[in-house]
Amino acid sequence: MLNVGKIEEGFVLDHIKAGKGMQIYRDLGLDKLDSTVAIIKNAHSDKMGKKDILKVECDVNALDLDIIAFLDHSITVNVIKDGEIIEKRALTLPKMIKNVIHCHNPRCITSIEQGLPHIFILTDEEKELYRCKYCEEKYKAKA
Amino acid sequence: MERLRHLMSPTDFTVEELDHLFDVAEDIRKNMADYAHKCDGKILATCFYEPSTRTRLSFESAMLRLGGKVLGFADGSNSSAAKGESVSDTIRVMSYYADICAMRHPKEGAPMVAAEKSLIPVINGGDGGHQHPTQTLTDLLTIRSLYGSLNNFTIGLCGDLKFGRTVHSLITALTRYENINYVFISPEELKVPSYIKEMLKAKNIPYKQVTTLEEVMPDLDILYMTRVQKERFFNEEDYVRLKDFYILDSQKMKLAKEKMFIMHPLPRVNEIAVEIDDDPRAAYFRQSEYGVFVRMALILTLLDMTDEHMNQGLLRHPGDM
Ligand SMILES: [Zn+2]
Repeated sequence: MLNVGKIEEGFVLDHIKAGKGMQIYRDLGLDKLDSTVAIIKNAHSDKMGKKDILKVECDVNALDLDIIAFLDHSITVNVIKDGEIIEKRALTLPKMIKNVIHCHNPRCITSIEQGLPHIFILTDEEKELYRCKYCEEKYKAKA
Repeated sequence: MERLRHLMSPTDFTVEELDHLFDVAEDIRKNMADYAHKCDGKILATCFYEPSTRTRLSFESAMLRLGGKVLGFADGSNSSAAKGESVSDTIRVMSYYADICAMRHPKEGAPMVAAEKSLIPVINGGDGGHQHPTQTLTDLLTIRSLYGSLNNFTIGLCGDLKFGRTVHSLITALTRYENINYVFISPEELKVPSYIKEMLKAKNIPYKQVTTLEEVMPDLDILYMTRVQKERFFNEEDYVRLKDFYILDSQKMKLAKEKMFIMHPLPRVNEIAVEIDDDPRAAYFRQSEYGVFVRMALILTLLDMTDEHMNQGLLRHPGDM
């Protein structure tokens, strides 16, 4: 496997579905971050065949990683300190998601109001159900 | 200052808060004159991005009866909205023109957008097919006042139960009370949606679905009528065949309890025969009256002006509720 160098302090997002790495990069706001970030595409995986990996050199608590639980359950978060994995972080579904997914209800105010964020609220934790804050339309992931 | 309160959905208030609101509304009904100057110097803005004359006039009547004044617009096409102003910008400006705002908008969630940016309380006066909380509060107050309680009754909901937002909101709001039986009376095509039935099942609340009024009429304490609109049917024949089943006339009223009462969100078209209007059980015009009382109570509540007055009311009429 291609080695993009070990990180001393930061975190590694492993088991990202191949091809989804860039999307996770954007959704986490890593493009706005002033740290070293490595995106590894199509790495070999025994489990998944191919996978993407993100290596980020910054304090793991500086980012809201819960959004990952919403985006893809299978992603694992390894926290690195002094070059070693010190924690496999468990993720919980975020209570609120801002500007990651969009409301598709054409009757929703988000369809016309300028500058209005798209906010979804977790309304049923068991069913992992999110609803638009404004029109309460269910969010359905596109297959 | 206390946190600003708004009304977006009928269940924004707890059952206890609603009880208090309805107590205020009842006190207003009994002692109207005492409230005539309660809102002297206050202004209600009615921001109606789509016309709804009845709802708007009910809000305006409520504020005027409290001694306040009103301003606003009745149709988005003539307002700054037509020039592309956002709801957020409009409400920021309105916050300086008025003390409280009632907003109706064809887009769902628009009043919530306003509430987030507003410096004054915002009341949702209807947002598309989403919510119309003051209609639901009106219905609850009417039941509480005429039936005497929001618990222990059988309510029949008749007509278009599929698309009727009013009916869905009322059912949802009533699930917070006890021992209520629901009877859904509608043609196959306009049955209550499955999410409502699932909600009732999840709470172990009994309901029954039937297709004719006659078969359940004797059981009902309250009959809530709605319009069956022609557009809802695939073809003219179905409409013609079915519509009479859902028209309430004096013949069907003979089957009803003596104390049953009839509600309807109005305006009606022909689903309640005019001959019934003078029947003491016809409550739909009084419902409009209660709509003003509940909006008066709501304005006072959101402006945080109720307690002082309620105390006076209760002192004056001990035990008279
Ligand atoms: Zn929406």
